[in-house]
Amino acid sequence: MSEAVHRTVLYDLQKNAGARCINFGGWEMPVQFTSIIDEHQTVRTACGVFDISHMGEVFVSGPGSFDFLQHMLANDLAKCPVGGAQYTFLLNERGGVIDDLIVYRLGELDFLLLVNAAKIAEDVAWLEQHGVPEVKIDNRSATMSALAVQGPDAARVFRVVFDGEMPARNTFVALEKCRGAVIAAGTGYTGEAGFEIFFPSMLASDIWQSVLAAGAKPCGLGARDTLRLEMCYPLNGSDLSPDRSPIEAGLGMFVALDKPGFIGREALLAQKSAGLPARLAAIRMTEKSPPPRAHYPVVVDGSVVGETTSGALSPSSGDGIAMAYLPPRLATPGQVVQIDIRGRLFAAVVEKKPFHRPNSKASA
Amino acid sequence: MNVPDNLKYAESHEWILVDGDLGTIGITDHAQNELTDIVYVDPPKVGATVSAGQAAAVVESVKAASDIYAPVDGEVVEVNAALADSPALVNTSPYDEGWLFKVRLTNPAQLEALKSPDDYRTQIG
Repeated sequence: MSEAVHRTVLYDLQKNAGARCINFGGWEMPVQFTSIIDEHQTVRTACGVFDISHMGEVFVSGPGSFDFLQHMLANDLAKCPVGGAQYTFLLNERGGVIDDLIVYRLGELDFLLLVNAAKIAEDVAWLEQHGVPEVKIDNRSATMSALAVQGPDAARVFRVVFDGEMPARNTFVALEKCRGAVIAAGTGYTGEAGFEIFFPSMLASDIWQSVLAAGAKPCGLGARDTLRLEMCYPLNGSDLSPDRSPIEAGLGMFVALDKPGFIGREALLAQKSAGLPARLAAIRMTEKSPPPRAHYPVVVDGSVVGETTSGALSPSSGDGIAMAYLPPRLATPGQVVQIDIRGRLFAAVVEKKPFHRPNSKASA
Repeated sequence: MNVPDNLKYAESHEWILVDGDLGTIGITDHAQNELTDIVYVDPPKVGATVSAGQAAAVVESVKAASDIYAPVDGEVVEVNAALADSPALVNTSPYDEGWLFKVRLTNPAQLEALKSPDDYRTQIG
């Protein structure tokens, strides 16, 4: 099966800025510009910019849109005011995760769903499959671009570029300066303060260059991965899957079980009453070891009890960190485990999430 | 990229410095630049037998684990102990302090199959 590899409109500019690219979910994206560790530290201490144009922008509107999304999404949209953003899930009937996403409430009956690149087609098909006549589903992923500008210095960069104050956490504005064509949101996936902006692709190179001129450094997916893993933010396809519920992933606070009638709810209630089969645990290496990576066995008392879903060397602490689904009785802070790396066992311990507490505030 | 004239090169980006029947092996400047941020080196065991073209060590960057292939057959006689605490030496000094392991050559004729500095320069463009 051959599939075309996509590039964002910023591909050439990023290549000129020294980007080294990898295939990520069908997209040829920068993995790093200078070094993953440098870019990671830039976001933790100053300001970095990520091209997230590969992600999908799906607009849902119309008289039935609120009720439709309340049925499709696991979190409670009633708690998201106009101008607000909310982390949520598309679940299957088994309560497993199809995708994790941010919904931006543009109006009472007007929503933007920011979805993972590799899931755009599947998400849109799932929405359309359940669609009703009073709801318009408009996938604008192909004509929109997006940047994530993240770090303690992001508010200053925002002021320089957009001549205004950076939106507060989980809120957004349509920027007057750009005739409302640019949506700026106080969201991100690094744990640091920062903003994400969504706009028609024809504006991409101007905005990218303005953000760099204001002092943000270009960063790649490598740093994005270590930053999110230090915060224990899940990566769909690695830490989330159609066979795992958000409750197993420890993300129950984003699931409104008291909301009637959303897809997956019955399965989640059944799972809760029967007892969870597993919990996603945060694991830190406690002896010198190769960096843990995905799909390494987790061992307790000589038996394999799970497998890592993500892993990396934490640039902030210098320790190996990983996440793994473990039987609930083992997924408790202080539990000693071993990680099997190429046939050798290395000591590690389950700890409380997250691995890292950032200096700049990105409190949800 | 630095490609010293006194070394032989494998297409898979290892170098070997030959002194009698001893060979010192590492990865090239080009390879360390591609990997960047080397954070761990898993060397072979002293006494182990390595074979030309077979994985002998693992070098891990932040983003990936990469097999390092022995350019020739041999018996491992020493590994670079400094890399245990300072794996980044492979980045900062790939041809000197960042060497990986030494072998006693068991089939020196294999050196003829390796690349000259000029051929390796052509390979990496």
